[in-house]
Amino acid sequence: MGARDQHGVGAPWGDFQVIGKPNRKVDALDKATGAAVYADDIALPGMLHAKTLRSPHPHARIKSIDASAALALPGVLGVITGRDMPIRYGVIPWTPDENALAVDKVRFVGDPVAAVAALDEDTANAALKLIRVEYELLHAYLDPRESLVRHDPRIHEDRKEGNISKHVQLAFGDVDAELAAADLVLEGDYSFHGTTHAPIEPHCAVAQYSADGLLTLWSSTQITHYVQRALALVLELPAQRIRVVQPALGGAFGGKSDPFSLEFSVCKLAQLTGRPVKMLWTREEVFYAHRGRHPMQMHYKSGVSRSGKLLAVDARILIDGGSYSSFGLVTTYYAGQLLTGPYDFKSYRFDSTRVFTNKPPCGPKRGHGSVQPRFAFEVQLDEIAERLALDPIELRRRNFQGSNVRTVNGQRVTSNGFLQCLAEVERASAWKERRGKLGRGRGLGVAGSMYISGTNYPVYPNNMPQAGVQIALERSGRATVFTGGNDIGQGSNSMVAYVVAEELGLALEQVRVVAADTDLCPVDLGAYSSRVTFMVGNAAIDAARKLRAQLIEALAAEWKVEPARVRLAQGRAFDSGDPARSISSSEAIQIAEVRFDTLGSTGSYNTPQLGGDYRGGTIGASPAYSFTAHVAEVAVDEETGRIQVERVWIAHDCGRALNPMIVAGQMEGSAYMGVAEALGEEHGVNRFGLHAGPNLLDYRIPTSMDTPEFHALIVESLDPEGPYGAKEAGEGPLHPSLPAIANAVFDACGIRLRHLPFTPGKVLAALRAQRVEVPKC
Amino acid sequence: MRVLRLKVNGDDLEVAAPDHWTLLEVLRYRLGLTGSKQGCDKGDCGACTVLQDGKPVLSCMTLAGNAQGRAITTIEGLMPAHVASGASGPDPIQSAFDRCGALQCGFCQPGMILSARALLDRNPCPTRPEIRAALAGNLCRCTGYTQIFEAVELAIADSLGVAPAPRSWESR
Repeated sequence: MGARDQHGVGAPWGDFQVIGKPNRKVDALDKATGAAVYADDIALPGMLHAKTLRSPHPHARIKSIDASAALALPGVLGVITGRDMPIRYGVIPWTPDENALAVDKVRFVGDPVAAVAALDEDTANAALKLIRVEYELLHAYLDPRESLVRHDPRIHEDRKEGNISKHVQLAFGDVDAELAAADLVLEGDYSFHGTTHAPIEPHCAVAQYSADGLLTLWSSTQITHYVQRALALVLELPAQRIRVVQPALGGAFGGKSDPFSLEFSVCKLAQLTGRPVKMLWTREEVFYAHRGRHPMQMHYKSGVSRSGKLLAVDARILIDGGSYSSFGLVTTYYAGQLLTGPYDFKSYRFDSTRVFTNKPPCGPKRGHGSVQPRFAFEVQLDEIAERLALDPIELRRRNFQGSNVRTVNGQRVTSNGFLQCLAEVERASAWKERRGKLGRGRGLGVAGSMYISGTNYPVYPNNMPQAGVQIALERSGRATVFTGGNDIGQGSNSMVAYVVAEELGLALEQVRVVAADTDLCPVDLGAYSSRVTFMVGNAAIDAARKLRAQLIEALAAEWKVEPARVRLAQGRAFDSGDPARSISSSEAIQIAEVRFDTLGSTGSYNTPQLGGDYRGGTIGASPAYSFTAHVAEVAVDEETGRIQVERVWIAHDCGRALNPMIVAGQMEGSAYMGVAEALGEEHGVNRFGLHAGPNLLDYRIPTSMDTPEFHALIVESLDPEGPYGAKEAGEGPLHPSLPAIANAVFDACGIRLRHLPFTPGKVLAALRAQRVEVPKC
Repeated sequence: MRVLRLKVNGDDLEVAAPDHWTLLEVLRYRLGLTGSKQGCDKGDCGACTVLQDGKPVLSCMTLAGNAQGRAITTIEGLMPAHVASGASGPDPIQSAFDRCGALQCGFCQPGMILSARALLDRNPCPTRPEIRAALAGNLCRCTGYTQIFEAVELAIADSLGVAPAPRSWESR
């Protein structure tokens, strides 16, 4: 089977024709002209509009629900509550603690309680006001430190561990001995405040239930396959009666990677009414649905030798999970497991605890679980460099783990271009000439990171392929590629088209991609953990090479030449030994069709066995890791406390850039999101459990006026197992943004920012403290 | 419910809609012009931007009734207008966005492209700060804006017949 084949990093023949070039995206013009169809652009005949009634309380028992008045309102066709869908689910099957609509209890302001389907939105909204819910209020947990010690009442009553969602404690090597032997031990507290994805497209779902019992859901999801499984579980339907389709998707960033209330609700309402049903969330509902980056309180203790060699890292992390588990089991592991590169350390220990609180549930946001610890650690490294009077880039260089190594927690690292990343940002930012020399108020800061390219941990354990691709080759010269991969704007459909065009020698316009439709496409697990390029890319190569072999064999026989002489490129097939012999790919396919019958193939990818030999050792185990370094340049206004990030140099090792333009877009978009999290975006919940500003005015995502100047520096380490050597580019480049800015602020004015976000108030307080402590300048 | 007389993408149309409907609702739900997007429904994100008499407006903040007597251009109108002018293919700005990788999820881009179109119509050769200012009402969550700026600058370079500046990832 091809799943574990190694494809090598080179072109099928000599030079790449498609790969590595700034090709157009297959869907870009559709999007640019307004033709692309997103979930809310779907309108079906007789379609009803649905709305959700949500809890106004952070923690309460539901004593009764009376929906009779709502159901009696003219134009209302269906009302459902938790009793209609009592089976619990969770994206991680080990922690099924969510209901499509609340059963007995609500656990955060915004928890869905009932849903209404009506002829139009106005009627549905009016009906919501007629539903009477009687609540018995319970103590609300809004501080994660309280959830650690208080377990009565329990947010999830059947949890043996009280209000603890997950606790992970792992130790590698003798941390205490190494700390005792270290020349310098540095210890500090750091915190991350909580942010959300804020894709510009709000969540939307449309369901249709046919007379013969087929359920179709079009949904703005990045995990089609998992949604199909969750629907089957909760609606008690066989999965093969359920079709889930992801239309064009208006941004996700991890915020559309759980099964959501609206998906179950529209399906149930469609079954109940016999009519198609749509639900579009308001922007406020998107904020409350959340699943954003977890707030973390982090304590780090690092021991180093006099020369700056890291000997021990000891971490304690408290994670505010909000009200449900979501991906929290994984988050709790990732918070520790993903820190063990690009630096080598002899011993490592982490103790990471996720607790439940009565806030919107947290989940995976771009750089899942590891952006927060990375911030803390990279700031601590800067503090170590300062204490040892070492250049911060030099300190990082001295601790580089190298390529083809095992990390302290047993993860296999193959290609590793981190040193080149450091060299690139050092050169491009003129670090040596400019750092520390820009005058007070201006500074440069560096930080590094690593991230996974997929994980060998599918959320439900199985040995089937993680990614499958199917190709149909048609005699007009057209290849149609079917992939379960979710294109969420990152360009995965284009990536698949590039691979197939390259392998079959087709021009890009000869390739169509059909994606993320469970009726039409082989299974792919979804767009998360930065897995798509690596896994779907490899599966596409696997499928395409089978067809290529058939084309070559058929043409070699037809031309009576050695197969090695047959070449396929740019929509033509030719004989390298006789330049006069050249036919179109359509003619070539017809010759092969005579020999082999209708042409089609499948391909797949699965990870090799990976991970440390201990409980949790496979979580964070990836077939390849990407590496990043940033240098940020900031200006600090000491009058107002405002930090201006003027420039960010982003060097990212993505293995091979299958399309450098798309890779650069991912690097810039990642860095932008990180800068925004550092400077002010805040998913704040007040003492009533209410979101501090659930709209795009108060939740301040940077505009074109605010965004820094980005310089994308692509580093290509050519991974031995990636498709043509490629690794991920969509999440890794976010990580260093936050600590690089903190470290640049230290270079600018000597203050250490350890608590995000870096608001003017925090900057001014730090500057005041500095004036009291050490008069400088 | 009232009957509205609208001029959309050059077409004179009559359409019935509830009194309180916005121009965005009428475009999307009555006329099937779903290229204009709803991201926030309160004027914060700019995804619903259309041109009214050539100027960008937020169609989610415009009552449909108040758009009567104005010439409305949506994203669907750009390519037909370009073709009608004797050219072929999409509007040069749409093409430049495509060629620069400026479209990731694409959801903000109809509004973004229309804001850029309005900018170039009134100022054919804006500077980078002028481009930044003109697009400040259109939030993009994917790109970090760099490739969008590069796309507008590519459209300008094309119209002037000069070579565009190297893109961020090309300059080393």
